[in-house]
Parts: sequence; structure tokens; C-alpha cells
Amino acid sequence: MKKYLAIFRIRFINSLQYRAAALAGMATQFAWGFMEILAFLAFYKADPAAFPMEFSQTVSYIWMQQAFLALFMVWFFEAEIFNAITSGGIAYELARPVDLYWRWFSQSVANRLAKTVLRCLPIFIVAMLVPGPFRMSLPATHGQFLLFLVSAAFSLGVVVSFSMLIYISTFYTLSSTGVRIISAVLADFLAGAIIPLPFFPQPFRAIAEMLPFAAMQNMPLRIYSGNITGINAFRGIGLQVFWLIALILIGRYMINDALRKVVVQGG
Amino acid sequence: MRLYMKYFSMHLQSQMQYKVSFFLTALGQFLVSFTALLGIWFMFMRFNTVEGFSFPQVLLCFATMLMAFSLAEFMGRGFDHFPRIISNGEFDRMLVRPRRVALQVLASQMEFSRLGRLVQAILVFCYAIPASGVNWTYDKIITLCLMVICGSIVFFCLFLIYAAISFFTIEGLEFMNIFTDGGREFGRYPFSVYGKEALRFLTYVIPLALFQYYPLLYILERKTSSFYMFMPLLALPFAIPAYAFWRFGLSRYKSTGS
Amino acid sequence: MIRLEGINKTFRVARRKSGFGRAVRALLSREHETIHALRDVSFTIEDGEMVGYIGPNGAGKSTTIKIMCGILTPDSGKCEINGRTPWRERIAHVRDIGVVFGQRSQLWWDVPVWDSFDLIRDIYKVDAREYKRNLDELVTLLDLAEILKTPTRNLSLGQRMRCELAASLLHNPKILFLDEPTIGLDAVSKLAVRQFIKKLNAEQGVTIILTTHDMQDIEALTQRILLIGKGRILLDGSLEELKKSSSQRKTIVFEYTGKDPALCEGMTSVEGREGRLVVSLEPSICSVSEAIAYISAQVEVIDISVSGISAEEMVAGLYREYHI
Repeated sequence: MKKYLAIFRIRFINSLQYRAAALAGMATQFAWGFMEILAFLAFYKADPAAFPMEFSQTVSYIWMQQAFLALFMVWFFEAEIFNAITSGGIAYELARPVDLYWRWFSQSVANRLAKTVLRCLPIFIVAMLVPGPFRMSLPATHGQFLLFLVSAAFSLGVVVSFSMLIYISTFYTLSSTGVRIISAVLADFLAGAIIPLPFFPQPFRAIAEMLPFAAMQNMPLRIYSGNITGINAFRGIGLQVFWLIALILIGRYMINDALRKVVVQGG
Repeated sequence: MRLYMKYFSMHLQSQMQYKVSFFLTALGQFLVSFTALLGIWFMFMRFNTVEGFSFPQVLLCFATMLMAFSLAEFMGRGFDHFPRIISNGEFDRMLVRPRRVALQVLASQMEFSRLGRLVQAILVFCYAIPASGVNWTYDKIITLCLMVICGSIVFFCLFLIYAAISFFTIEGLEFMNIFTDGGREFGRYPFSVYGKEALRFLTYVIPLALFQYYPLLYILERKTSSFYMFMPLLALPFAIPAYAFWRFGLSRYKSTGS
Repeated sequence: MIRLEGINKTFRVARRKSGFGRAVRALLSREHETIHALRDVSFTIEDGEMVGYIGPNGAGKSTTIKIMCGILTPDSGKCEINGRTPWRERIAHVRDIGVVFGQRSQLWWDVPVWDSFDLIRDIYKVDAREYKRNLDELVTLLDLAEILKTPTRNLSLGQRMRCELAASLLHNPKILFLDEPTIGLDAVSKLAVRQFIKKLNAEQGVTIILTTHDMQDIEALTQRILLIGKGRILLDGSLEELKKSSSQRKTIVFEYTGKDPALCEGMTSVEGREGRLVVSLEPSICSVSEAIAYISAQVEVIDISVSGISAEEMVAGLYREYHI
């Protein structure tokens, strides 16, 4: 465990170096979130009755999405891992007394957390201060906030364990770019990155809510905004746990298989 | 021009060496904008209009932006890659060649898989042009062409500015995405959707609305003055500060080498 | 002719810190430091000369090369190459020079070498007939006929370097800058590259400026070396002169049977294990023959070898001497 913490710590410090990148990222995300809200506002004005969430919930959803972008978006892949696989740098990794799966897992979690920690606070503060309908609201109860935290942790786990599958698939295809884009685009769309799942028309919504992608950003963001409460929130977290375990098991199986092949072929 | 075509064929030749990768990437690019399209469609299944624009009318807007963007991206991909060109020393190589630097940067990258988006823009146009209920006269066809051409020039200038910034820092570049990727993403709806202030900003500062919102009004016959038809041309002077900034960055590179 | 006069160049770099707390603090403020990459660098290189430009990493070698190539503008000083100032008339200047960066390739990875050459021809607008003549000559000299149709990615490092050299010479430059041209090459390729460079300089009179860490390159190729350290030119002279001026120490290796021999004055043991002794000798105190006699009186010597100082050791000595 200690060595995974060490990997985590180094990655974290490394990301903190990039101050200007963090500032630029925040400005971008803030502007981006603001534009998203404006677009939803226009639709809301067009027909409030057809709006599937409360408007304030949508606003909270979008701000939280921007604040936690690096945490929940599948497309924040680690280029380093892809390079290690395709360039053969994997040999070094295998020479170390660390389990490759958990090494990459902790590296991804650390990088995502580091990026988020830097960026989320200022976005929160600004989002809480902007006037009127654009202001982000706090969760209704402490309990709801606690549920959000739990759900966010599982969500991060699901996102990372899903990206692990993509990394590992590179062992088989060796051309990662296409697979990377396709998987990230579909996963993010189905996780509610472009429009929240409640805006999906039936039956798309029902299908999307059963897929592992619904266990990504969809769950914590909707719990935070108060769109999912009470027993439904517990059920949702249960689903996240299920997908997390399933994805990790698949990933472990795949990496063992892949490494066996690498060893057999001699790299 | 001859040189550019040479680069063109070299890139094509290189990329065709990896056909599977090429098609997967092209498919991926297609899907990126396809999910955006799905998003619009899902929204319009629930709401019939936004700011008085119908679904096919919004698609006209979406396709214009997408086409302008993908043309500019295809041409100006080298600028997008510029931070890497600087950090791996390839830029030094360009400086020891007896050709204009901007041209070499431009020619250094051409990603044919990016045309996945262009294909989609064409498909959406095929649907939206008849479905939008516009009475397509010559002046409107010209307007639409102006929108796409001037639009890609504006995006191209944005890429140029992006590259010029990397002469100074490669850390803070992300904010330019608001205007490039953001322009493409948010330009799927007519810019008036985002309110007066946003529209004003996108008219006078970063002239994205000049080739999107105003001429669209002309095509949809909400405005009849032919001034609106030629508004995309007003966006072209944007190229002057963009190029000046690039030259400024270049001279700085030569004095710092980083 | 290349003439540099009083070239100065400084860079400002942000100081990166280590440690968790410092990394957090660096978010708020960042310290900068000024690095003097070049201080008052002056030298002249005549047409047709071959010059080795040496110095440890970070001494300012590549900064100087970049200035001479027109990539960088110095803070002050004059640089005139064939009557032009490189950074003012970049395009006209670079037409006359060829540059090989040993660690980076100018060839396209996925297309045959021949196509890369063809593109370079268009970039430099080389006249078709002249191009053909140059190419034929380079192909013969560098033995490229077999590999011209191969994509770069399938070439060995040695083959690639030969192609890089050809690529930099297609436009018939008067001056060639070689930045570590033999790095990573095997012995055979190194010899081939050296031989070619020598021939190019001798037969076509191309001025060559060579930076390298491989002293055998220097020994094999250059008449004159320029030593740079901490941004200053420290030495400018021929290799032989330098060798003479630096110490005359000899190294003697004995292989013997018997117990360990004692050493006399003027000898220092460099390496000693059972049956083998390496001594460094100061000939002014104890001559070579005296030393051999002294040792063979004590033990039964099986084999002896005597060698002077190598270029490698000499340069290491110079680096030590100048604290660079």
C-alpha cells in the first residue's frame, strides 16, 4: 500500500507545478459552464413545462460537472500509459516489484485528484457568488452531501477502472488513438457529459441508466443537485459498487492475459 | 503551392500506412460531433424551438460551424500541434530551412482523419438544407458559402493565435479552447441563445457571430438588408492582429529559444 | 568565413522546487534566475576549415550553433557568416548551410527516404539537374543505393545517420553544422560517417563545425578545437598542441606472476589486483625504461603495454583544470 501512496504523492506534486495551466483550466471551465447554463436557460424559457429537472438542479449539475471535470471525464487519459505500452517502455514497468494494474490505477486516481483539487475550489466560490439563476446551490441536507461524497468516490473508481480497460486494450490493438477517442466519446455521452441523462428521451434514458456509464458522473452530480434522493440514491450507489467490482475484475483478467502474451512473445 | 501539395501527398502517404488506425480515428472524430448532434436532437424531442429557431434551422447552424471548423482544423492542424513542435526541437529544423516559417508549420501536420467531421457536416447539410424550409435563392446560397469560408478563416486565425501563445508559455494554453473547441460546440445553436452580452462579445471581440448568427438571420429571412448577407466578410480583418501576434511571438522565440 | 565577435546571450529560467510544501508555495510565487549561456564569445573560422567544438553539457555549445544557424538572436555581439548576419537574413543565410542534429531526424518516419529527399529538394528549390548530380554523388559516397526506397522507420541508426547527412547536403551547402553526428552509432557506422565527413571537407572544401562528446571523432577529424565552458571560449588550438601542453603522463600496464611489487617515486598505482598492475607515470621523475626495469627486477613480467594520454583523458583533464 505504501508504494502506491508514494506513486500517488509524486504524481500529485508533479501536477501542482503547473500553475498557469491550472489558472487557464479554471477560466476555461468557468466560461464553458456559463455558456452551457445559458443554453439550458434558453430551452427553459422556451418551454418550462418540458424541462425534466428543476432549473436550479441543472445549474448545480453543470457547475459541479465543471468543478470535477478532471475527476469524472473519461477522456482525461494518461498519455504516459499508452506510450509505455506502445513504445515497449513496459519492460521497465514489469521489472519493478509493483503490480502493474494497481500502479496505473493509483497513478490515474492521483493525477485526476491533483488536477481537480487545484481547480474545483475557485470554481465553487465563483459559482456560489454569481447572481440569480446562475448561482450554484448547496445540497438540501447534510445527509445528501454525504451521499454525494460517497457516490463521487465510487464514480472516480468506475471512471478509472473503465479507462484501465482502454489502456489494456492497447496491448491487443497497438493503435490506441482511434479506440481512445471512440470509447471516451461514447462513455462520456452516456454518462451525461453533454446533456444530463434526464434530458434523454425514452427509451434512451431507460437504457442509458442501466449501463455502467450511468455509474460515472451521472450519479454523484444528480445526487448533489437533489435530482436523486433517498432510497434511489442508495440504489444508485449500490449500482456503482456493482460496476466498480465488475470493471476491476474484467480489467485484472485482461491485464493478466495481456501480460502473459507479452511475455510469450518476448515483448 | 507546389510545395504544399507535396507535403499533402507525403502526409497522405504516411497516414495510409496505418489504415486501421486511420479509420478508427476518423470514426472517433465523426462520433465526437455525432454525440453533439444527438444532444441537439434529444433536446429538440422535448422542446420544439429555442429562441424561435426550429430543429432543422439549428442544424443549419451546427453544420456551418462544423464545416468551417473542420476545414480550418485540417489546414491548420500544424498550429494545433505547435507546442509539441517547439518542445521536440522540430521548430529549430524549420528555422534552418529557407522557407517562411508559418508555411512550414502549416504543412507539418495534416490529419486526414479529421475529415470525419467534415463528412458529418456534409451529411447534416444534406438534411438541413431542404428541411429548413428556406427558399434557396442565389443570394442565400452565396451567404451560406460566405459563412463557411469566412468561418474557417476565423477558426484558422484562432489556431494561429493558439500557436503564437505557445512561444511564450505552453502551460496556459487551455483557455484558448473556449474559442476553438468552444466556438464549435456552442456554435451549434445561434449565438443569440446565449444572451445579449455573449452575442456582443462574439461580434466585436472574437468575431464568431459575424459568420454564424447574423447571416443566418438573412437566410431565414428575418433580416432582409443585404448588409447581413455580407457580414461574414467583416470577420476577415481578424486575421491582421492574429498574424501580427504570431510575428511578435516568433521574434521572441528567437531571443529566448524556449 | 565565419566571424563571431563578443557574442553574449542570457536566458531567464524559472526555478523549480522539490518537495510538497515548496511545490504548493511555488503556486503563488516563482523565482527566476538568469543564466549566462554565452559570455563574450569570439572566434573566426576560415572557409574550408574543420573545427571541433567541445565542452561539457550545458556549456553553451548548442546556443552558439543556434546563433550561427539563425535560430537564436544574441543579446549583443556581432556574427557574420559569408557576409550575412544569420538572424537578420535568415532565409538567404540558411540556403548556404546544412545542419545535422544527431539526436533528431529530419526524415519522414513512414515514407521512403527518397521521398523525404524529394521534399527537401522542393524546400530548397534545388534545380533538377543539380539535384540529380548531388544525389548520385551522395548515394555513391554514402552507399545509399540499397536503402533509398526504404521507409525511415525500417532503417538502422547507422543507415539513418548516413541518410541524414545526405539530406543536409542535397542543396550543396558551403557550411555544415554537425551536432553529435556519431551519437549511438556502432563502430562500423562511426567509421563510415567519419570517413565521409573527412572526404567532404578535403575534396569539396565544405567548412565543417562539429560538436561531439566522442573524442575519437575529434582525433580522427579535426585540426582545430574550440573548448567552451560556462559560456566562455577557453581554448582555441590544434589537438596536437593541446596534447603537448597538457601533461605528459604515461600509463603502463604490467601482467606478472609473483607477489605484489613495490613502486618507486613518480609512479602511482591506478589499478592493482593479483597479477595485474596499472601505473600512471610522470616521465620527468622516472623514465619509462627505468620503471620497467624497476618492476621486472621484483616480479616475473609476462606482458607490458605503454600508452600516452588519450584525447578522452586530455579533455577530462582540461575540464578539471578549468573547473567546468
